[in-house]
Amino acid sequence: MSTPTPIVPEHFKQLVGERIHDDALRGNIRRATRTSLEKRLAVISDYDDWEELRSLGYDIKRHVIDHLPYYLKKFEHAAAAAGAVVHFATDAAEAREIVHGLAVQRGGPVIVKSKSMTTEEIGLTHALEDAGIRTVETDLGEYIVQLAKEPPSHITAPALHKSRAEIGRLFADMLGIAYTDDPEELTAIARRLLREDFLAADVGISGVNFAIAESGTLCIVENEGNVRLSTGLPKTHIAVMGMEKLLPDMESLGLFLNLLGRSATGQRLTCYTSLITGPRRPNERDGPDEVHIVILDNGRSRMMRDPHLREALFCIRCGACMNVCPVYQSIGGHGYGSVYSGPIGSIITPVFYGEKRSRALPFASSLCGACAEICPVKIDIHHHLLWWRKSMVGSGDAPRSERLMMRIFLAISRRPALFDLAGRIARLFTPLLRDGDGGISVPVWRGSRSFPAPPKKSFKQLWRHHEQRS
Amino acid sequence: MSHTFVRIVHVSLFIPCLTDQLFPETGMNMVRVLERVGVRVTYDRRQTCCGQPAFNTGYHDESRRLAMHFLDIFDGDGAEYIVAPSGSCATMVTVFYGDLLSLPPEYREKAGRVRERVREFTSFLVDIMHVEDVGAAFSSRVTVHDSCHALRELHIKQQPRTLLRAVRGLQLVEMDEAERCCGFGGTFSVKHADISTAMLEEKVASIERSGAAVVTGVDSSCLMQIDGMLRRRGLPVRTMHIADILASEAA
Repeated sequence: MSTPTPIVPEHFKQLVGERIHDDALRGNIRRATRTSLEKRLAVISDYDDWEELRSLGYDIKRHVIDHLPYYLKKFEHAAAAAGAVVHFATDAAEAREIVHGLAVQRGGPVIVKSKSMTTEEIGLTHALEDAGIRTVETDLGEYIVQLAKEPPSHITAPALHKSRAEIGRLFADMLGIAYTDDPEELTAIARRLLREDFLAADVGISGVNFAIAESGTLCIVENEGNVRLSTGLPKTHIAVMGMEKLLPDMESLGLFLNLLGRSATGQRLTCYTSLITGPRRPNERDGPDEVHIVILDNGRSRMMRDPHLREALFCIRCGACMNVCPVYQSIGGHGYGSVYSGPIGSIITPVFYGEKRSRALPFASSLCGACAEICPVKIDIHHHLLWWRKSMVGSGDAPRSERLMMRIFLAISRRPALFDLAGRIARLFTPLLRDGDGGISVPVWRGSRSFPAPPKKSFKQLWRHHEQRS
Repeated sequence: MSHTFVRIVHVSLFIPCLTDQLFPETGMNMVRVLERVGVRVTYDRRQTCCGQPAFNTGYHDESRRLAMHFLDIFDGDGAEYIVAPSGSCATMVTVFYGDLLSLPPEYREKAGRVRERVREFTSFLVDIMHVEDVGAAFSSRVTVHDSCHALRELHIKQQPRTLLRAVRGLQLVEMDEAERCCGFGGTFSVKHADISTAMLEEKVASIERSGAAVVTGVDSSCLMQIDGMLRRRGLPVRTMHIADILASEAA
C-alpha cells in the first residue's frame, strides 16, 4: 500500500487529486451536508426575523472583539472568583505545554477528551500521546476518526466523510469485534468501551463553545453526554478555548445557542447544554475538584488588530459554511489539508499555519458567496478570500507566468485600440484550434468541456453597423 | 396622446470584455430589447474590461488601473443609467470598486457616482423601467441558472423569472439547486480545474433533471462554462443569455 499524502495544506493539489474522482466519498459528503442543510432550513423557519438574529449576532460579536482585552480581563476575574485557574497561551506550543504539565502532575491511566477544534488546532491529542499519555476522544465522531488515525473532516461532524459500512469495517478491524453497520450497535460498543475510560480518568479535557465574561461560565453544547462525563467525572477539568469565544453575558448566550444549534445541526437546542462555573463547591455532590481554563491566542491578536481579518474572529464554529460550500462538497474536509476546512478554514488557516504553506486555500473557491449567505454571524467570508488573494499576490507569492500574463492583460486592456487588435488577431487564429464540437479544448479541463471559439465579429464591430443603420 | 411628453431614459452600455469578444450577439440583443422598451442607448467604444479577472486573482494594482480607465469613461457620460448584460461585472463596479480595491481619493468619488447608475440588465428592466413584458415570443422549456454575483451581491432572483414568464410560448421550469454555483469563478476554473469540473458536473445534472431544452441566466460567463460541457457531451440542451431570449420575436 502506498503511503497516504500527509493531510497538510501545502499538499492541497495532491489531496484534491486523490479525492475528486472518489464518487463514494462525494456521495457520503453530499448526503450528510444535504441533510444538515435541510434540517437547518426547517428550524430557522421558526423565526420570521432570522436575518435580524444574524445581524444581532454580528453586532454582539463585533462588540466583544472590539473590546476583547476588557472582556478577557472580566472573564478572568469572574472565573477566578468562581475557583477556576485561568492560563493564557500565546501560541500552540505554549498551550500544549500548559496542558501537558497539568496532566503529568495529576497522572492517571488515561485522559478523556471531548470534541474540540481548538485542541485540534494546537495538535494536543498527538502531543499527549507522543508523551506517553493515553488520550481518548469520547465524542463518537471523534472516536471514529481517532480509530482511523485521521483528523476530523468537519468542524461539527468529524466523521462525516465515512459511510455506515466504512465505520462498521473500521470497528471490526480496530476493536476486534464482529462486523456490524447498525448505528445503534456501533454506538453501544463505543459507549461500553468509553465508559471504562471515563471511570478511570483523573483528567478530562474539553473545548468551549462560549465563555461568559460576567460570570466566568463556560458553555459547552453536545448531543451525546460525553462532555458531561469528561468535564464532570474526573478530578481535573482542563478547558481549552480560543480567546474569541467570549460573550458579554447570559442574555447574549440565549441568542448564540439559537444561532449555533440551528445553523450547525438543525437543532433548536442540542441535547445537552453544560454551563460550568468553576469547580465543585463544598455543598455540591458532582463536579471536578479543579477547573483549568487555557485561553489561546495563536494569531488571534493579529486578527483582532487587522480590519481585514477581524471578522473571521466572529466565527462560532457551526460548520454551516462547509455544508453549503460546493467546493467542500466536492473535496471534503480532508481535501483542504487544514484543521479548519471549508470556507472559514480557508480564511483562518493562513493565520494559524502561515501564508506560504496555506497559499492554495484562498484561491480554491469560485467566490460564489454561499458561505457568507448562510453564516449565522454574517462573516463576509468570500470577501475575506479576495483580500487574502491580494495579500498573497502582493507578498510575491504568485507564479511568474501568472504575473506576466496579468501584466500583458493590463497593457492590452488599458489601450482600447490594442484591445480591439488583440481580439481581431485571436479571431483570426482560434478557428484553427476548433475541434469536434466546434469549441476549443483546454488541456486542464481534461476533455470535460470546451471553450467557445470567438465569433467573426466583436460587439464593437456589430455596434458600428447598428449605428450606421440608425 | 400627442400632447404627452414622454421622458426618454438614456442608457450607456456597459459591455463586458467577454461579451464584446465572445458573445457580441448577446450585447446586440440587449440593445434591441432596450430600444424596444423605449430607451435611448449610447455606447462608448473606449471601454475594454472592468478589471474583474485581475481583481479576483489578487492583482489589485492591475485591476485598479482598469477601474480608473472604466471610471474615466463612464463618469459624466450624461446617461442616467449604465446597463450591463452581466451581474458579475455590475458587481465589480457597484461592490468591489468600493473598499476592497482601495482607489485613489479622486477616483473614489467617481466610483461613488458611477456605482449609483450601474444596473444589471434584467434588474434595470424590472426595477427601474417597471417592465415585465418586453413583447418577446420564444417557444421552449426554459430553466434559469442563478449566477452567484447577481444573486448574492445584487439580489437578482425574481427579475429574470418575471421577464421570462411574460414571454409568449415560453414554459419556465425550475431546476433543483438553481442557486448552486456552476464552478466557473474566472481563473478558479483553470487554477483548480478539477474542482471546477466537479461542480459543473452537478450543475449539468440538475439541468438535465429539469427537462428544460434551454438554460438561461444573466451572465454569459456561467453559461459559457455550462455550455462547454453540454456540447462536449452532446446533450440536447442549449444555453442562451436572457437577452437572447427576450430579443426573440414570433416568426
